Amino acid sequence: MGLLDKEFSDGNIVIAPVEDVLNWARLSSIWQLGFGLACCAIEMMATSASHYDFDRFGVIPRNTPRQADAIIISGTVTLKMATRIKRLYEQIPDPKYIISMGSCSNCGGPYWEHGYHVLKGIDRVIPVDVYVPGCPPRPEALLEGLLKLRDKIRHETLRKKSA
Amino acid sequence: MKNAEEIFEILKQQFGDSIIGLDKDTPTEPIITVAPLQIHKIAAFLREAEELKFDSLMCLSGVDDANGTKVKDADGYDSIQGGTLSVYYHLDSVELRHKITLKVSSDRENPQVESVENVWRCADWHEREAFDMYGIVFLNHSDLRRILMPYDWEAGYQLRKDYKNPEFYQGMKVPY
Repeated sequence: MGLLDKEFSDGNIVIAPVEDVLNWARLSSIWQLGFGLACCAIEMMATSASHYDFDRFGVIPRNTPRQADAIIISGTVTLKMATRIKRLYEQIPDPKYIISMGSCSNCGGPYWEHGYHVLKGIDRVIPVDVYVPGCPPRPEALLEGLLKLRDKIRHETLRKKSA
Repeated sequence: MKNAEEIFEILKQQFGDSIIGLDKDTPTEPIITVAPLQIHKIAAFLREAEELKFDSLMCLSGVDDANGTKVKDADGYDSIQGGTLSVYYHLDSVELRHKITLKVSSDRENPQVESVENVWRCADWHEREAFDMYGIVFLNHSDLRRILMPYDWEAGYQLRKDYKNPEFYQGMKVPY
């Protein structure tokens, strides 16, 4: 976990690489866009609520993409919605992260064959960092996905965006 | 409270040839078939008449009867020519506690049905949905736009039996 391993040569000075500090700050406060689509959104809300407590990882829903760092695609993405999601994604300032939650947004889910209105995977429109399988995934699974995203951010470098 | 035959007789007296038939051999409610361009007058009468008082439109649904001839196009894909598209109206009288189902059929090539939006206000979105999914045009509807699919959807009407999904919509691949 970077920072705490480093030398404390002075009570007021912490020496650490810039990347570690930036990554630590980013992964500790992933503010997500307050955005839900279908039944997965119910699980996402349960994850946000007190029992599973998303907030202990610094995840807070924000009501505008301008203030958000991440977006959890929680549910079936229709073609109509996909155009809106693309716009929301473009409005989020960099660095931005996407968690694709549940079978529908991973690959179309139960609508893969006859869903004339469903986008078969959100990764056809925007780049996805973490896929969470399940239909819908339990809150633990979503938390696992978030931890995976935090791992990914932790190993980012300034030279190249990896997540 | 009136049964289907009595309702049919009342309508027959009032509207004559516009009332096409009564089908009682259905597992559901008996169905009265009427003329698509007279449905708004018949609907208004059903709602207003003292002995009928159908004050509630429970459901309005489009149906593709798929009773035309199947034609294979160049890609070996079936399309249906001729035949009819239908609209079913499920009516209920809360006060008199009777029910009836109305049916209208219209040509598949030029499906036109009069709107009952002015009779039962809830028909507004139901008719828009039937238009969205089957392309049935409701004459004198105040706002006949697609309701579920995107406004710029040009690939046809999804619930028709010969619907073919497009390859792309706005640059997004549609098939799996």
